[in-house]
Amino acid sequence: MHLIAIEDSIYVVERGAQDTPPAAHAAGAVIHKGVDPSLAEFFTGTTWAPHAGQFGVLPLLNATLMVSGIAILVALPLGLATAIYLSEYASPRARNTLKPILEILAGVPTVVYGYFALTFMTPLLRTIFGQNVVQIYNTASAGIVIGILILPLVSTISEDALNAVPRSLREAAYGLGATKLETAVRIVLPAAFSGIAAAAILAISRAVGETMVVALAAGAGPAFTFNPFQAAETMTGHIVRISGGDLSYDSLDYNSIFAIGLMLFVMTLALNIFSQYIVRRFREVYE
Amino acid sequence: MSDSNLLQRHRRGRVWLVVFQVALLVGIVALGALLFNILNGSFGYVAVEDTIPPQDLAVNGVPLEEQDKETLIQVLQAHISAGLFARYEFEKPFAERSAGEVYDLILERVIEPKFVAQWSLFETLTDGDAIRQTAAQEFPNARLEFRSWLNGHFLRAPQSSYPEIAGVRTAVLGSLWTIAIAVLFAFPVGVAAAVYLQEYAPDNLINRIIQTNITNLAGVPSIIYGILGLAIFVRALGHFTSGVAFGASDPSTANGRTILSAGLTLGMLVLPLIIINAQEAIKAVPSSLRQASFGLGATRLETVWHHVLPNAISGIMTGTILAISRAIGETAPLVVIGASTFIQVDPEGPFSNFTTLPIQIYQWTARPQSVFRNLAGGASLVLLGLLLTLNATAIILRNRYRRSL
Repeated sequence: MHLIAIEDSIYVVERGAQDTPPAAHAAGAVIHKGVDPSLAEFFTGTTWAPHAGQFGVLPLLNATLMVSGIAILVALPLGLATAIYLSEYASPRARNTLKPILEILAGVPTVVYGYFALTFMTPLLRTIFGQNVVQIYNTASAGIVIGILILPLVSTISEDALNAVPRSLREAAYGLGATKLETAVRIVLPAAFSGIAAAAILAISRAVGETMVVALAAGAGPAFTFNPFQAAETMTGHIVRISGGDLSYDSLDYNSIFAIGLMLFVMTLALNIFSQYIVRRFREVYE
Repeated sequence: MSDSNLLQRHRRGRVWLVVFQVALLVGIVALGALLFNILNGSFGYVAVEDTIPPQDLAVNGVPLEEQDKETLIQVLQAHISAGLFARYEFEKPFAERSAGEVYDLILERVIEPKFVAQWSLFETLTDGDAIRQTAAQEFPNARLEFRSWLNGHFLRAPQSSYPEIAGVRTAVLGSLWTIAIAVLFAFPVGVAAAVYLQEYAPDNLINRIIQTNITNLAGVPSIIYGILGLAIFVRALGHFTSGVAFGASDPSTANGRTILSAGLTLGMLVLPLIIINAQEAIKAVPSSLRQASFGLGATRLETVWHHVLPNAISGIMTGTILAISRAIGETAPLVVIGASTFIQVDPEGPFSNFTTLPIQIYQWTARPQSVFRNLAGGASLVLLGLLLTLNATAIILRNRYRRSL
């Protein structure tokens, strides 16, 4: 980034190596830091404004974690309860009809979920909590819809894990006088723990990497906020917004999406490997 | 243990059963709400103001919709300037245009409908009288009509910045092109890799690392593939993906943001899925079959080609179907590699610029004007329909394969 001119309180800088139009920056923008932020600055800064020389990834990370947190709060209880019902209570016939219906949710393109979040979930939240409380773009709506999106992932994998628990364990519990609920929650659930934990971690990984819902419903502009009813931009949402349209080669924007992309990749990869580790480490093997 | 305790335990059991059932119900209700929301946006009343009402364009008592092509051309010629007519003739001679295309021109240039207000399906069904009153008061020049946003014109017309005449043809063609390239690339590579890993590869460290990598790649967020595609296909290989290397396009305007780049990016995205599913299918072929083939003196290649693959083909097809369904709905990676440009001409080959159906939905949804949300709803219906059709076709194909074995 090169400083071209200072006109009154506006700094005019050239972006990137190619001839992109110069961008104007308000006074107070720290531009002498250039495009070489330290790792410490990257991970601890609370402002993401590359053109102003501020490279703190925390606002993006915070929004990502918030959306994923809301999503998992929706998907995990619902998915687990659904899995317990399908595997322990439902008749084979009911399971064979209900499970595919839930799996349709997994086949719907994510951009359609984005449309759903913006045109259905946000108005619904605004009706419930008040127009002034909930902004048009907010992380709560995106999080809830991503929760619905990953619900079949949680329920299907958990149900497979519950199904894999041998019948003899249940019969032993019944023989000791346990009710159906007690058998399901105290015997079958702990026995299937590794599979369920793996499902939860995979679901988090999926929520972290989910893009179109947040791009449409969470808002544009990295904001450092903990209020789920306010707009904030996630890592994926930022990449999509920055790269939409013409992104010139080797510009600041072009390079910054690689930094965010790398971080996203490392996060989801770690989650996926952790999920596989849990399955291997905590799997209970029955005869 | 006292009786009251037992009663309490059973009561708790019944309460939690209801909780479990409600959880399942919430999932199904969410699916219902999703579908309702799409339909809600795709149909409903609109108030339309025409510059020239269609009924004024009837010739000898024949309404516009039923006129033949020659009459339609005459109607068009009578209402637009000679210069504009000549330009249309130059772009594509009227002799080559179908009656539908001429009708669309009349719609665009003569009738010029303007949506002044629109209502959702839910409002239309529950509040019809109030809407009719409001429309009569606030838009006296407009006529109120029930509109299906998904209609023949919508499927036939290219993208437009006017919601009244916008359609999805360019986007559907772009989607089909990219998917075709993705499958042409990923299917052979994926099946070959699966055959190698399952039938040839020794169980050593390198192959175990490759295997772990493939499993992990299947879980990488799709937007990462977009960044990868941007760096590799659009930038590094831009000379090839833009078609300049083959003399297929003009070097001064061409860039790597083409159908080919998009198809290859989607191909990379679905490759791990295809490999994993093909491996599962090959693993499921009983080893006795291989032993018998070897016992008769067949080589490994003959065994794979004549016995393993024909038996695994239905499983491989299932995996490919899953992969295609995933690829059709992908939006984020294509936005990153640069598909978001506004395109009105049909893609002509792998080196054309493009847009796809999900990107069209994304753009329309992201616009502030609510009328574009209706278009996005209609396009979502088209996308879901396309997904369903392709899946059904592939399943039928797969079943036929299975029977012939």
